[in-house]
Amino acid sequence: MAQHQVNYASAGGLPIALTTIDHLVNWGRSNSLWPLTYGLACCAIEMMATGASRYDFDRFGTIFRASPRQADVMILAGTLSKKHAEFARRLYDQMTEPKWVISMGSCANTGGMFNTYATVQGVDRIVPVDIYLPGCAPRPETLQYALMMLQKKIRRESANMNKNKKQNLRLI
Amino acid sequence: MRKYVPKDNVQKKAYYTDRFHVVPSVPTQDVSTDEIFAKQLDILSSKVEIKSAYIQIGQMRVEINHQDNYRAIEILKNECGYEMLSEMSAVDYLAKDGTFEIFYQLLNLKERKRVRVVCRIEQGLAIESVVPLYKSANFSEREMFDMFGIVVNNHPFLKRILMPDDWEGHPLLKTYPLQGDEFASWYEVDKIFGKDAREVIGPENRDPARIDRYDTKRFSRVGREVPFGADISGGEPETPIEYSSTLLVDYNASQTQLKNRK
Repeated sequence: MAQHQVNYASAGGLPIALTTIDHLVNWGRSNSLWPLTYGLACCAIEMMATGASRYDFDRFGTIFRASPRQADVMILAGTLSKKHAEFARRLYDQMTEPKWVISMGSCANTGGMFNTYATVQGVDRIVPVDIYLPGCAPRPETLQYALMMLQKKIRRESANMNKNKKQNLRLI
Repeated sequence: MRKYVPKDNVQKKAYYTDRFHVVPSVPTQDVSTDEIFAKQLDILSSKVEIKSAYIQIGQMRVEINHQDNYRAIEILKNECGYEMLSEMSAVDYLAKDGTFEIFYQLLNLKERKRVRVVCRIEQGLAIESVVPLYKSANFSEREMFDMFGIVVNNHPFLKRILMPDDWEGHPLLKTYPLQGDEFASWYEVDKIFGKDAREVIGPENRDPARIDRYDTKRFSRVGREVPFGADISGGEPETPIEYSSTLLVDYNASQTQLKNRK
């Protein structure tokens, strides 16, 4: 094996990386998105599959946390019934800032096929949603893509969340 | 020549009627055709009043007065061997004759027989609980109370089982709109944010296909960010969204529908 030698002076570089606070903070945030272990219906099965070894969410630094205090992302995976809405909102409130929400599947997006009295017609009625993920149920690849889109979104945000509120890049 | 049919009021008639259509009906047999059922009915009829009884698809259906429900089921359990209450609930016939039909589906495991005990009860009256006889009636009766509002006397823990405790209305009534009444449509908003938030959040969108693609207030465009509320229509004229009447919810329609049916 060849010995790796770095000659800083001759290579024209120094062990310095120039960046901005925004980039640095967002790099950290977007690469350690910890979602809440929170499944509502059949979409949760796909979410579990995404977390398992074949699709491997851990590659994105995404590790499911069982406590809202440790979670950054809430993946609302499934049909949200009106009886359960207050608990979903309570879990969202218990998450620490900054926090993001992925609405996974048709039921969470719009109520889906449950056009009835007992289903919340879109979880954006109770929590601010960052990514709407279509599908019934979305395949694990789709959830991965949604997560990558969320990462992309976070990287474009300001690290100062108050500034984002003003610009309304996030719906608060 | 084709026979003349008066064309007035043609809208009220069915568009198409099949001359050869036979309304499906399930044949019924007399109880005396089955030895075991006949014997059981004799035991039952000696103690409670039987309004009607017949056999349909190998099961006996017995109609009784609603006051006798506990007594009749007790006899069937203790003297006829019906050890299991596989199902019980109610059916809403309020529009037809102002009553609920409450049914108990019983199973005799030894003789492989099933019997359905049916009674009619008017709205507002309470039925006696059969929980002392069958433990499975506990949740079933709670569900019946939740879905139809039929109060069950002497139930150990009569409260709603599926809907939230503070819910208004009983969803399985025929008069209850499928998409919910006004209370139901604002339930989660009222509960989480309070009634003041109704204006901010707005009514439910019951059209899941509806998309406002020029909405820059509620949606951000990843990679193509625009300022808040910017006009991105590019001069395209706005197309008003038209709904079919079936999508629109009329919260007061149910009561009039019931009156019309009566």
